[in-house]
Amino acid sequence: MKAIEINDLTKFYGKSRGITNVNLTVDEGEFFGFIGPNGAGKSTTIRTLLGLISATAGSASIFGKDIAKDKTEILADIGYLPSETMFYNGMKVKDILKLSESLRGKDCKKEADELCSRLELDVNKKVNELSLGNRKKLGIVCALQHKPKLYILDEPTSGLDPLIQKEFYEILTKRNQEGATVFLSSHVLSEIGKYCKRAAVIREGKILACDSIEKLGHADLKRVVLRGAKDVVLNADIIDFKQENDVVSFLYKGNTKELTALLCKLEFDDFTVSDIDLEEGFMHFYTKEGN
Amino acid sequence: MTLFFHEMKKNRLSLLIWSVVIAFMLCVSVMIYPEMEGQMAEMSDMFADMGSFTAAFGMDKLNFGEFMGYFGIECGNVLGLGGALFAALAGISALAKEEKDRTAEFLLSHPVSRIKITLQKLLSVFCQIVLLNLVVVCTAVLCITVIDVEVEIGKIVLIFLSYLLLQLEIGMITFGISAFLKGNGLGIGLGLAMLLYFANIISNLTEEAKFLKYITPFGYADSAQIISDNSLKWEYLATGLAIGAVSLIIGFYKYSKKDIS
Repeated sequence: MKAIEINDLTKFYGKSRGITNVNLTVDEGEFFGFIGPNGAGKSTTIRTLLGLISATAGSASIFGKDIAKDKTEILADIGYLPSETMFYNGMKVKDILKLSESLRGKDCKKEADELCSRLELDVNKKVNELSLGNRKKLGIVCALQHKPKLYILDEPTSGLDPLIQKEFYEILTKRNQEGATVFLSSHVLSEIGKYCKRAAVIREGKILACDSIEKLGHADLKRVVLRGAKDVVLNADIIDFKQENDVVSFLYKGNTKELTALLCKLEFDDFTVSDIDLEEGFMHFYTKEGN
Repeated sequence: MTLFFHEMKKNRLSLLIWSVVIAFMLCVSVMIYPEMEGQMAEMSDMFADMGSFTAAFGMDKLNFGEFMGYFGIECGNVLGLGGALFAALAGISALAKEEKDRTAEFLLSHPVSRIKITLQKLLSVFCQIVLLNLVVVCTAVLCITVIDVEVEIGKIVLIFLSYLLLQLEIGMITFGISAFLKGNGLGIGLGLAMLLYFANIISNLTEEAKFLKYITPFGYADSAQIISDNSLKWEYLATGLAIGAVSLIIGFYKYSKKDIS
């Protein structure tokens, strides 16, 4: 079964664009990444799935249930962490957790205690006394304490220290291994690369690509840097060509033999050829030229 | 009922302060009556000669020199206006505050339908209004017993009932408006309560503005009219409650479709 299935989902805020004809599927049990620049439509997509905003056109289903008709049933299966976690001022952490479990009609005390202990969250503190990171931890516990089938996480690690980030992903990976689906929206491309099998890239409200991390990250591309280069004219299929003084840099896609043949034709003092890192592979999706 | 109890807990301090302040002011008004009783007859004559001003506050229908007349005016000012402001605040902030404080996303990502959320919040607004009135009524009864004056119980019950209905109606109207708001609606709530109060004063001044009595709940929650007729103006009450019900229906519909920011 598909955990998430989105068909031509469109959202306009009056005349301004939210998302346009978004199509996406996430399989049950998948660890799926969702990336894109600010204002690309990530949060709009997520908020439409959760029923916080209604779609202008198109449809979507979660575990086969329609987001417009079966909103309450769907929400029972979801653990949602918004990018900015806000709670009722004056309430203690333990009261927020209790409120959340009561609204879900579940007893999550044992799970909540364990999560708070692992994430080092003081349950007796008042929400308005919490730092940004601790508020995020509270959001994580609220999203995880009822052990949902689907986790929708929007920038889950912003504000968390590296140790807590590691702990969080250990918990999440274990939940994923137990069968839960994770839909992770993040700007931290290394996180996406490390944990997700597939990802979708959204920009200006449209899905640009949806594929395996290896393909999206262009693992087949090589960064070539030539130093002391003179009169470099390249006719081969290259991208991201840059020249600064006598240093030329470009990305090459093709087999090594052809690259060697190409380099033999050029005049330069020194060169390096290296695999591009994941962030560099993703980065072109963030730029206007990245189509 | 989780959300209902959450709302009650969240608003308990505001409810306590408003209840104590209104009850205290009404208590002081009642307790000073024995000392004022002698001067009231003269004041009543004085108020009777003030033309439009006398009519505006319904003092043309009341004998300010008697306890019922005095209580009617005081109760109208303290519980009528104070209660209306409290009801407006409770109603206007019920739904809008979640978006203003950005807690709506937390609340609405739980498996509770928007209709249930709206109903529980409305029930909490009603419950707060009823509790405030209980405190005020108990305090007033206690104070009247202490000063030992003769009262017409039927009329007192009608006065308190009319103010309770007034507050419930204002609560309903502002609750309905709250569904449309994204930010702080306190100004709108308080402004509306004051507008309705002054609409009744204007309707007392001229026959041409009498239609306003159908719009403002102060039209039926009018101590002077209740004391002189010993009944509520049911036509005003029916219109008022219909306005409240329509506001609620529109509010429920709007909130069930609303995009949460």
